[in-house]
Amino acid sequence: MKFTANIREFFGETGNLAEFTGRFFSIGIKPRFEIKELFNQCYLIGYKSLPLIALTGFIMGLVLTMQLRPSLVTYGVESQLPVMVGIAIVREIGPVITALIFAGKIASSIGAELGSMKVTEQIDAMEVGGTNPFKYLVATRVLATTMMLPVLTVMGDAICLFGAYIGVNIRSVTSFHLFFTQVFHSLSFGDLLPAFTKTFFFGFAIGIVGCYKGYNSTKGTQGVGNSANSAVVLSSVMIFLIDLLAVQFTDILGLN
Amino acid sequence: MEAVIVIEHLYKRFGANVVLNDFSLEVGKEENVVVLGKSGSGKSVLIKCIIGLLRPDSGTIKVFGENIPDLNHEELDRMRTKIGFLFQGNALYDSMTVRENLEFSLRRHWIGFSQQKIDGLVMEALENVGLPHTVEMMPAELSGGMLKRVALARTMILQPEIILYDEPTTGLDPVTAREIDNLILKLQKKYHTSSIIITHDMNCVKNTADRVALLLDGKCYAQGKYDEFERSTDQHIKQFFE
Ligand SMILES: Nc1ncnc2c1ncn2[C@@H]1O[C@H](COP(=O)(O)OP(=O)(O)OP(=O)(O)O)[C@@H](O)[C@H]1O
Ligand SMILES: [Mg+2]
Repeated sequence: MKFTANIREFFGETGNLAEFTGRFFSIGIKPRFEIKELFNQCYLIGYKSLPLIALTGFIMGLVLTMQLRPSLVTYGVESQLPVMVGIAIVREIGPVITALIFAGKIASSIGAELGSMKVTEQIDAMEVGGTNPFKYLVATRVLATTMMLPVLTVMGDAICLFGAYIGVNIRSVTSFHLFFTQVFHSLSFGDLLPAFTKTFFFGFAIGIVGCYKGYNSTKGTQGVGNSANSAVVLSSVMIFLIDLLAVQFTDILGLN
Repeated sequence: MEAVIVIEHLYKRFGANVVLNDFSLEVGKEENVVVLGKSGSGKSVLIKCIIGLLRPDSGTIKVFGENIPDLNHEELDRMRTKIGFLFQGNALYDSMTVRENLEFSLRRHWIGFSQQKIDGLVMEALENVGLPHTVEMMPAELSGGMLKRVALARTMILQPEIILYDEPTTGLDPVTAREIDNLILKLQKKYHTSSIIITHDMNCVKNTADRVALLLDGKCYAQGKYDEFERSTDQHIKQFFE
């Protein structure tokens, strides 16, 4: 019985999330826009995540390169190292790692923030005060994550590649120019486009899940904690699901 | 007397928990009606139905002649400009300063209001509650009583025709509580407001009530003047005076 109850809960939850997303499209992106709050959120969500993403990106690039080298040396294709890491970073590691870090930082903070606003009736107060809380709180945050994650990913990729350049140079010497010429030569438009496009979906998923969990938070400290926690878990799972769909889709389009 | 709020046969339940069960009440113009009731009896639910935050299962709530559950979003929004609501837990926006909290309620008029007028309204509202010096502070820096008074200022800033107070004096010292009572009376005179006041504080009832209603088992069990309640021999009413 517990099992069927779980299944029912799963579908109920999925339905509610879908409805919440529908609400975003039906009322969230209609005028009047909360432009000022949108910029404020872009600053908080985008700019403030940059140091973390830069740090993790740099380390990722460095470590990946150092660990790939021995295998390539075994096959005698050490010179292909920049090409290997370039493709790995730009196509998969950059977008996904950035999105996961972003989810850990942003989905939880949105979940906790909206959750505590919900349980202290601040959202109700907004509604009574004549400001549509869905537009003011949800739409701005979802738009901000959707627009900021792609920007952060591009920056993250760049820093990650720089980390890789340092990684290459630990055991051998490659000029900056040569490294990046090799990387960009191996990348085609078909590599960049899907990788870039999917980050919009990642950002959207992170924003909508964080808001959904916060908006439906239950009373008490535990309720708020739970919504922050499940926002991170659910949005991370969503990132991988979207990634899976994206690779299938690009395969069908022949971009792989 | 002309009635501004007419509640008839109101029902509201949450699952198996029946909260309002055929509740009826009228509030006249410039009248202060106090609603008494035990904790958990549904007082907050009642006024949330009036402001449209909760939807009753059945029954009518006529405010200025319009039935709240029938209104669409825009109509409800227009109606809410005439109604002030003081939340039991204050519900101040904790990421904003006191000034921003007060200004936020004025947002819907922003296009029409000059900055000078906004500043004037903010300071007037804060002076009403005796806290003009807190204007740049964050809610986290204020004491419980101060928070309540700021919340009150935020409710009053638009000078609504109806104010719904959810426990305005709970958690305040007697001196401040009397100040709040006087403030409620002062506003009633100054802006001709009608109000529903929810409270357990019998001093507040005595000072502010034109009429008292007792919410019991989801119904309006009794209503009358404060003196009548005080003299009543009904055991449910007597409990509140012990
Ligand atoms: N959103 C909700 N969902 C489910 N049940 C609710 C909800 N809001 C209130 N209730 C239930 O309705 C009943 C009345 O709650 P309400 O908050 O109106 O009490 P109250 O009279 O204001 O009490 P207090 O004086 O303690 O504030 C309670 O049993 C509560 O559990
Ligand atoms: Mg209450």
